[in-house]
Formats: sequence, structure tokens, C-alpha cells
Amino acid sequence: MSQFLQVFLSGLATGSIYALVAIGFTLVWQAAQTVNFAQGEFVVLPAFFVLVGVHLLHLPLWMAVALALLLSLLVLGVLFKKLVVEPILPSGGISLIIATMALGILLKESIKEFYGAEAQPFPALVPQDPINLLGATVSMQDIMNLVISLGIVVLLTLFLNRTRTGRCMQATAQNPAVAEILGVDVKRMVLYTFLINAALAALASFLITPVYLAKFSNGETLGVIAFIAAIVGGFNQIRGALAGGLLIGVLDNLTATYVTAEYRAALPLVLLIAIILLRPQGLLGTSEGRTV
Amino acid sequence: MNRKTFLAMSTAILLSMGVAQAQDPVKIGIVVELSGAGAPAGTNWRDGIKIAVDEINADGGILGRLVETAEYDTQTDPQTSRALVQKAIDEGAYAIWGTIYSGSTLVNMLVAQQNEIPQFVGSESPAIVDKGNPFVFRTSSGAQKGVPALTSYFKDTLGARKVGIAWVNNEFGKGGHDVFAAEMAKVGIEVVADVSSEQAQTDYAADVARLKDSGADAVFVYMNQEESARFLIEARKQGLAMPLVGEVTLTEAKVIELAGGAAEGAIAHVGLTATATQVEGIAQFAAKFEQTFNRRPTHDAIKGYVGAWATKYVTEMVGEFNGAAFAEKMKNLCLDVAEHPRMLLDTCWDDRGEMSRPSFMVQVKDGAPVVIGTLPAN
Repeated sequence: MSQFLQVFLSGLATGSIYALVAIGFTLVWQAAQTVNFAQGEFVVLPAFFVLVGVHLLHLPLWMAVALALLLSLLVLGVLFKKLVVEPILPSGGISLIIATMALGILLKESIKEFYGAEAQPFPALVPQDPINLLGATVSMQDIMNLVISLGIVVLLTLFLNRTRTGRCMQATAQNPAVAEILGVDVKRMVLYTFLINAALAALASFLITPVYLAKFSNGETLGVIAFIAAIVGGFNQIRGALAGGLLIGVLDNLTATYVTAEYRAALPLVLLIAIILLRPQGLLGTSEGRTV
Repeated sequence: MNRKTFLAMSTAILLSMGVAQAQDPVKIGIVVELSGAGAPAGTNWRDGIKIAVDEINADGGILGRLVETAEYDTQTDPQTSRALVQKAIDEGAYAIWGTIYSGSTLVNMLVAQQNEIPQFVGSESPAIVDKGNPFVFRTSSGAQKGVPALTSYFKDTLGARKVGIAWVNNEFGKGGHDVFAAEMAKVGIEVVADVSSEQAQTDYAADVARLKDSGADAVFVYMNQEESARFLIEARKQGLAMPLVGEVTLTEAKVIELAGGAAEGAIAHVGLTATATQVEGIAQFAAKFEQTFNRRPTHDAIKGYVGAWATKYVTEMVGEFNGAAFAEKMKNLCLDVAEHPRMLLDTCWDDRGEMSRPSFMVQVKDGAPVVIGTLPAN
């Protein structure tokens, strides 16, 4: 029982990080009707901003994290929107998708060029000491990851549903033309969406990198798993991305522990195929009608 | 122009050509993992070689010719490594230094063999010297020699009756896993948890949970550097209490740097360690490496260094740059430190390229590996 609890909680903690990244996919999808295939690299870059702050600028950790957050908002939010999305979006969604793939490669190789191919240690933001919980030894880090991630998702949901700005963002996502007629500043709402995505990526980066270590290639796996999590949960729903992330995190750990460790990497793909066949809109997603 | 003058001039021209030829550098290819999962090992290997090449060239080079190296990044990809070994040979390499990952070496060593090019490798999979390739030579003992050295440590020192194995599912990991499992069977120690993981795996929660619940008295950890670090971090998170014992990589400087406090207490059998400062040559190399690169050398750095110096020593014993003669000379060759000080320790190769030399048991204490025992060559 203690082993199950241990594995389950670890899975939830990892899954909550996947969820943060997966929510980014849904936000960009709703704002620009495109899939950001550089999302994995978006999670890698902020960690290296922190390392630059600590090692090159000799800042204290908290200040380096704050600086990394600001840089992430600027680079992954504002610059991504202004330099990649806005110029290419009029050419169509496919062009933009290919552009995000190129951006992912550019970010990955730039990190490698600047900081090297070797993994780097990354300081933990929360204590790593193990604590005993119902017979299971769980790290404070896992619990804090879970609490912080879920807390952010709850706050984000409240923001989107209970505030005027949040409702304007939703209106923009549903129908930008009508939203503009109703007086919504559509461009600003889209910018907010990209800023939130950048902040979520930075948060995921700060939480996961102490365990995964800072490495230029980490985004490859993380991006794919979060993409699958978003599809499994429902690509057009934040709560779907949350559910998908947690589900994959937990199932991955349970499979590796009780079924097979050798084929654990195949699980998300099997889940993806099953969902596409049985419920294409995802577990909590809603169908979107398209006409030609 | 009379006959005497003509002869004198011809002789002078021929002599000057001969001198120019003698001064042509000898090219050697460093084909190694400079990016990808093997980058920590590969960059250290390369940097160890850099130190050796500087020393060799300061010492007059090999047979009077300076050494010129070219770096080829395999990206930790076996097929790329094969193409790069061919490229290095096409560009005139007299010898190949690398690769480290066994999966790559198994693929690319055939190219060097076909071209009769001596190749010093950092790989430790038993399969490498089982292929009957007379041109491949190790710079550290293979798993089939290194891992058995741990048997008495598990049996006598730790008194283990049940053990777990955590290993990375690649050529390196499989080799070590198979040898260790066979050794445990020989001495009647039960393997109660056999946990494999993938190369570049990031999440070890399930692996550690299985080991923790297995009832093992100790765990044998056999992974590459980054995987070892992530495993140790997760082991600490879950409070894994049993001794974690590895072969070579578990206590490496890079692993300790990445895992931080989570590496504390980890134990490993290592063929070479920069912390064995009681060995004069190792202490000097470690100091020079740290001064040059501002970091501590790993065992891969020492392996690269030793491989480069062995190339010089053996070539000069042969007396010419001849791959086939080099390979023949390497059979059952011993290079002792008294006559070959840059070998750092008395080193022997058998007729298959397998290597043996004294080794060490180390444990991480206060953030650094400390030698806790010395084992004779086996």
C-alpha cells in the first residue's frame, strides 16, 4: 500500500508539471489556433535563464528566478507573439506549426551552443527532504510541485471565469471578430494569453529542472508528453489538459512499477491512439465543428 | 654545373625534403561523444587527451613527429560514430581515440579494423573484446573484469544476502548487468529486484519505489552519468536507505556535481580516479587538468590521457607508424610505470585488447569521492 501511495503521489507531482505545459498548448491553440511545437523548449529555456543569473551575473537564487521569469515573459511571450505568430499567422496554421518546430530547434541548439551539451545541476526551490505520509516516504519537493501546480491551475481557472479580463480572453478565443465588435481589445487579450503561457512554462521549468537537471534536450520528451496529455484531456479545455497531465503522470509510474518498465515510454502513445479512436475530442474536451 | 655540384645540390634537396617529411605531424582522430547523452563522458575524454597531446608534443611528439588531433562529435549516435571513424581514417588518421559508449564502439570498431587502424576506446562492455578485433584496445577494464571485483564487497564487506540491480538498458548497462547477476548467482546472493531504465530517462520514481519495496540489502547501480545523478536524486527523495554501490560512474565528479547532496554515501569500484592522489602520476595529472579546465577530471579524462600516451609508447616500441605492427605489439603487453610514467599505473593488455591494472573502491564523503580501498589487478 505504501508503495502504491508513493508511486501515485510521485506520478501526481510529475503529472502536474505535464499539466502546466499541456495547458500552454491549449492556451496557444485557443489564442492562435495553432500547435506550439516549441512548447518543450519553452520549458527548458527559463531554467538556463536562472543558471545565467546565478553563474554569470552572480545573483542570489530568488533574484535569478525573478529575472528568468521576466525574461521568459519577454522572450516566450511578447517576442514569440510579435516575431513568430503575428507575421506568420496570416499565411495559415500549417505555416505557423512548421515555424514553431523551427523555433524549437533554434532554441534547443542555441542553448547547446551557449551552455554546452552536458546536463547542469539546478538548485531546488523547495526543500528536498523526505517526509512520511501514511507509511509512504514522499519528498517535500513532490508535494510542493503538486500544490503549486494545482494552485496555479485553480487560480488560472478563476481568473478566466470570474474576472472581466478572463471572460474577454475567452470571448477572444471563441470568436475574435465578434469579440472585437463587442469592444474587446483582441490584440491585448491574445498577448495576455501568450504571457500566461510563458509564465506557466517558466513555472514548470523551475519546478521540474531540479529533478530532470538542466539540459538542452529535455524539451523533446517533455513537449511530446505534454502534447499527448493535452490531446488526451481535451485540447480545447484547460481542465482537460490538467486531467491529461495528471493521468499520464500517474499511469506512467504505475505501469513502470506494476506492469513493465521496458515499455513505459509507449504508454502515452497507446493512450493517445485509444483516445483518438474512442473519443477524439479528449476526455474532457468538447467537439469543434469545422466546415469547408 | 659540374657533376660534384649537381650531386651536392641533389643531396641537399633530398635531405631537406626528408627533414620536412619528418616534421609532418601525425594525425589522430578523437571520435567521441561531444553532444547527446554521452557528452559528459566524451568531453572529459577529449580534455584528458588534450593534456596528453600537449605533453607528448612538448616531449618531441611520436617518433619525432608532432601529434595533430581532429575532433569528431558522434552525438552519441552509433551510426554517426561509424561514419566519423571512416571520415577520420579518410583524412589520414594513424589511430583513433574513442568512442566511449559501447553501443557506438561495437559499430565503429569494425571500420578501424578493416583499415588496420589502432583504436583506443573508453567502452567497458564485455562484447567489445569478444569480437576478435586485434585493433581495439581498452583504456579501462571491461565490465567482466571490473564488476567481479565488487563481489567480495557485497558478500563480505556489506554482508548482503539480497540485492537489487538498477541498470540502464543500453550496451554498457546490459554488459554490467549480466556480469553482476552471474557473479551474485556464483556466491549465492539473491537478486530480488532487477530494474532496467532507458538511456536519457528523466523520471526514476517508479524504479526507486520498486527497489525500496524489494527488501534488498544493497543496490548495484549501473548507469551512465546523467542517469546515475537523476537516480541518486530520486533515491534521496524517497529516502532509499540501503547502500548504493556502482561500478565506475556512480561516484564520478560529474555525477556528484549533478546530484549534489544526493550523491553522499554512494560507493563505487573505479579503475581510475583523480582522488587516488597517493599515486604520484594521478595527482600530477589531476592538478594539471584542474588548472587547465577549472574542473576536476573524471575517470574518462584519465582514460583518454592514458590511451594517448599508450599510443606514443607503443608506436615508439614498434619504431614506425604501422597499424598492423602496433596491434601485434599490443598483444600481452605490459607497460610499467617505472619505464612509462605517464601510464600512471602498471597496465597490461591481453591478446584480445582487454586491460588490467590495480583499481580502487571509493565513497562520496563531504561532496567528494574518497578512496576507501585498493584492489590488485585481476
